[in-house]
Amino acid sequence: MSEILPGCAPIGLEVMSEILPGCAPIGLESIRNQDSSPIIRLVGVETTLLGQKVLDGVTLDIPPRQITVIIGLSGAGKSVILRHMIGLTRPDRGQVLVDGVDINLLSRKGLYALRDRFGVMFQTGALFESMTVFDNVAFPLREKTKSGEGEIREKVTQVLALVGLPDTGGKYPDELSGGMVRRVALARAMVMDPEIIFFDEPTTGLDPIIRNSILKLLCDTWREFSFTMVMVSHDIPEIFNWCHNLVVVRAGKIAAAGPTASILASEDPFVQQLVTGDFAGPVSLL
Amino acid sequence: MIRIVERIGTRTLRGVNLLGDTGLFLLESVAYCFVPPYRLRKIVEQIHFIGFKSLFVIVLTAAFTGMVLAIQGIHTLRKFGSEGLIGTIVALSLIRELGPVLTALMVIGRAGSAMTAEIGILRISGVIMALDAMAIEPKKFLVSPRLVGSVVAVPLLTAIFIVVGILGGGVIAVGLLGVNAAEYTGRMVQSVVFADIAGGFCKSFAFAILIGWVCTWKGYNTQRGAKGVGNATTSAVVAASVLVLVSDYILTSVLL
Repeated sequence: MSEILPGCAPIGLEVMSEILPGCAPIGLESIRNQDSSPIIRLVGVETTLLGQKVLDGVTLDIPPRQITVIIGLSGAGKSVILRHMIGLTRPDRGQVLVDGVDINLLSRKGLYALRDRFGVMFQTGALFESMTVFDNVAFPLREKTKSGEGEIREKVTQVLALVGLPDTGGKYPDELSGGMVRRVALARAMVMDPEIIFFDEPTTGLDPIIRNSILKLLCDTWREFSFTMVMVSHDIPEIFNWCHNLVVVRAGKIAAAGPTASILASEDPFVQQLVTGDFAGPVSLL
Repeated sequence: MIRIVERIGTRTLRGVNLLGDTGLFLLESVAYCFVPPYRLRKIVEQIHFIGFKSLFVIVLTAAFTGMVLAIQGIHTLRKFGSEGLIGTIVALSLIRELGPVLTALMVIGRAGSAMTAEIGILRISGVIMALDAMAIEPKKFLVSPRLVGSVVAVPLLTAIFIVVGILGGGVIAVGLLGVNAAEYTGRMVQSVVFADIAGGFCKSFAFAILIGWVCTWKGYNTQRGAKGVGNATTSAVVAASVLVLVSDYILTSVLL
């Protein structure tokens, strides 16, 4: 299992190390020795949506330049946590700090300035169906920068090549497969060279081969750019081979959080049931 | 008894909330029209979509409305021997009432429904949230250009409606029913004053804001998938049409 990301905890899925051959270790210590203060911090976040408490005292640190994956049962509050980090949802109580700044105290202008540092890839891609792939990827550049068309063309071509879609610029999203749509969404999320990229279930609904190719792509792009990656995922156990940190959410609370290896070694019955996918355990749906 | 009071209270609060939400939505969207970048290309696209693409249906409706007005008018005026007033009746009816109202209703049916559906689909496919996450204000990007497009296009369409309606009425009155052409136009010029045109323009301006406001609001707040888009579109057309007629009554009362 040498072909995994540093800090990840292989759990015996030999096949994954073959599927993700590009994810060779690049030196765990070099990552750990960098600035280790969290880039995002949630402190005692409580949120009620439509009369239901969806987050209940969530306290969480996201380390910089690492891959952190949030896992949990459906409806546990994973995506809500992600939306709090982006500032799309405001908590009733608690703080969401990005580089020490409480984003809930920011004005709209301040929040938008902060979001310029973010890239976000949503579950379904959230592309403009009426725009070509090229225009979708170029969209943030055209809207948020004063770059000329030549410069935009160069950047978009470069990013599309990076996600393995060099010749699809002229196509429309409805002419693409699900996996290609996600890759276009990834290209759009990356085109502004963000510092932090959020992924909300980027592989949902894809077949295993495409899903793993997307995961490998994410892994490769992280290896190249070392941005902070926060992802909500159900890709268990594949993600354990290449994420540095795991956050386990249960009913709006953090059940466990920390380096992948330590979470996988946790003796918490819920965490064990979730990471092994066993139907016998504290969560009984049958 | 307490339950009834509770229900009334809940509904009143909901109504007040809705008024507040829709009011803020309009205020924000109007304010964003004056904040750079101005997105002229998007505004021109909307003027083209709401205005130019509605031209055929407006011309067709206007021509037949003018023709019907002429036939009905002459039928009634003949009883009093006043066929010469037909030009006045056609012109004033179109300028003060039918032009602004029918244009607004046609635009709601053709462009307003499309506006709601388009924004609704962007909402349910997550694009509006993605815009927000990309630090692009969705109201500025989606709503403001449509409001401006509507405010520019609807009064222009109303003017075209009135002109075509008068021509259509003239064709019937002069061509088929034997009214003197000079009398048709002469009486019209004598009786139509600037206040009539200004009143009609005020109405079409108000209807334009209403159309842009209601149709984008309904689309922007679409929920629950494809069915939600259908419901939002239907509800936008009904609400905008009713509001146009209600506000027409209010404006007429104020302007006359």
